Amino acid sequence: MTASLTLVILMAVLFGAGVSIMLERSLTRVLIGFLLVGNAVNILIYLMSGAPGLAPILGEGVDPDEISDPLPQAFVLTAIVINLGITAFMLALIYRSWWLAQLGAEGDLVDDAAEIAEDAEEAADLIRSSAADDQAIQDLIDASDEEPDEDLELEASARDRDEEAKR
Amino acid sequence: MTAVLVPLVVLLPLLGAATALILGRRRRAQMTVSLGVLAAVTVIAAVLLVSVDANGPAVVYIGGWDAPWGITLVVDRLSAIMLVISAIMLLVVLVYSVGQGIADQHRETPVSIFHPSYLILSAGVFNAFIAGDLFNLYVGFEILLSASYVLLTLGGTGERIRAGVTYIIVSLVSSLFFLSAIALIYGATGTVNIGQLSVRLAELPGDVQLMLHLLLLIAFGIKAAVFPLSFWLPDSYPTAPAPVTAVFAGLLTKVGVYAIIRTETVIFTESDVTVLLMVIGGLTMLIGILGALTQADIKRLLSFTLVSHIGYMIFGIALGSQLGYTATIYYVVHHITVQTTLFLTTGLIERFGGATSINRLAGLLKASPLLGVLFFIPALNLGGIPPFSGFLGKTGLFLAGGEEAAADPANAWLVWIVIAAGAVTSLITLYALTRFWNMAFWRGRRELEGYESVLLGSVLEAPEGATVTATRTTPVLMVVATSALVMLTVCLTVFAGPLFELTGRAAADLLDAGAYVSLVFPGGIR
Repeated sequence: MTASLTLVILMAVLFGAGVSIMLERSLTRVLIGFLLVGNAVNILIYLMSGAPGLAPILGEGVDPDEISDPLPQAFVLTAIVINLGITAFMLALIYRSWWLAQLGAEGDLVDDAAEIAEDAEEAADLIRSSAADDQAIQDLIDASDEEPDEDLELEASARDRDEEAKR
Repeated sequence: MTAVLVPLVVLLPLLGAATALILGRRRRAQMTVSLGVLAAVTVIAAVLLVSVDANGPAVVYIGGWDAPWGITLVVDRLSAIMLVISAIMLLVVLVYSVGQGIADQHRETPVSIFHPSYLILSAGVFNAFIAGDLFNLYVGFEILLSASYVLLTLGGTGERIRAGVTYIIVSLVSSLFFLSAIALIYGATGTVNIGQLSVRLAELPGDVQLMLHLLLLIAFGIKAAVFPLSFWLPDSYPTAPAPVTAVFAGLLTKVGVYAIIRTETVIFTESDVTVLLMVIGGLTMLIGILGALTQADIKRLLSFTLVSHIGYMIFGIALGSQLGYTATIYYVVHHITVQTTLFLTTGLIERFGGATSINRLAGLLKASPLLGVLFFIPALNLGGIPPFSGFLGKTGLFLAGGEEAAADPANAWLVWIVIAAGAVTSLITLYALTRFWNMAFWRGRRELEGYESVLLGSVLEAPEGATVTATRTTPVLMVVATSALVMLTVCLTVFAGPLFELTGRAAADLLDAGAYVSLVFPGGIR
């Protein structure tokens, strides 16, 4: 069986780095370590498929000895999907433990009714302030309608003067 | 004909999980779906057991692709026995948890997640038991582990998150070991089909075989909680809700034991690690039970006895004889049932007495004689008192040990030492459980105040301190489910004769690896 030296070295580095990070106390680091080791194992599986070859599609004129072994690739795909799911769960867990560390169990005990009332108040504030904004904009527009723009007037008068001069 | 039923044991729970998730807001419909699915699987498993025992093993090639290309599912006698007993456990515990959920009005646990996760856990357990190739076994493990992560951290309280983190990280490491082992085995043999591995691994050089063998054993040893890979279990199981702990304690470690049985019999026919397994089995028994002695909390105490009794099964596997496997399989069945029962009873004690520590419980026998019976029978059973199944299982194992010692004089002293360790472990288990019985059930309520004992001064409380819950009503459904399991443990004694004959036939299947190979490859291996 032939194997790529680069991949072997990469796998060793990933294993080493992953294991050393996994030994830390912080959960986030453990997760990163798990991801590194997980990928190292994936590379290990991939290495076991031997030398790279043609796409594994049997057809006329294709020598079965020349194609890559597709099975390890299927294994790697499955492993990646499983890792993704577990990573998502770990992230949720990390967030939850951060939440508990920051707020304690009291964080969960926010009164729903109070929260809804608070939300409603905030929304009312927003509506009020946006109404005020709308009013201000409307005032501006109205004001511009009443008073013609001075710059435009100046331009117009300048044009008038030019035309007079031509005559 | 019955081969059609094989994929259903995985398919039904998965479909049921999806349906239960959709029905998340309709609790009654959700309960109906999950109970229906597990009842159906129990029936299917029973049919499979009868048919496999009568007509020989069922093999299914998924998608019609023959082995080794397609995914193979194999149900032989051992698989069928495991399927039946785990389906019954899952069903009864679900009934118990439904009872609990109705009583608690779902205040504590988000039940809309509980049912789908529980069904997925079942699918994973069943898949592991019928897998015909190593990678499918890995997928089965991952399915059940992912679901168990969710169930263990249900509700997301600080205590459960902390326990869950230990459990999850340990499980992840064991999965990585398992996956690496699969990669290396594939590299060495070019296959993951168990039947084909049985032939090809035997052709490898001895040291390569030993390395692959040990790598697999480490992965399964972590899952089965075998010493010294068992430290995680007593810290993570007790914090979960009672039904969850019961299922985990009963089933998850036994999936690891099942995988070890397969590894020792079919996968590695040549490589021999008898002495190692024997030593590990003995140490698991002793060190586990010494841990149980120092615990005041019944849940932690039971978790330590769980670890300790895994040692008996490892001992039986190490013997490797037909009588050894016969007794091991019987012991697995006994242990699944009795351990689940005890954890369910603990759940009842917690509701009724408001605590789980022997320093806070008293006078339970007077308050509820039924609870006393429900605890007393499985406790004596676990302690190995005749005529219960624990005694029969241990006797079977010790007889097999004696036979092995006579057949192999070189290792006879080791076998006798482990048998002695087993007997001592059994006595200490009995001591630990009787102490709990004396304190929690026999002691009068009035003795509780100001009670100080030299012996109890040194026992450890649970790290979080006992969670005191007010006494609530105990729903009938929970008591009925627990009583049904206690009846089942008694039935294991009553029907011990036919059961031992059945496990004997299963053991004969196991020892004939060649039959397994020709079963999966009817035309011979190309």
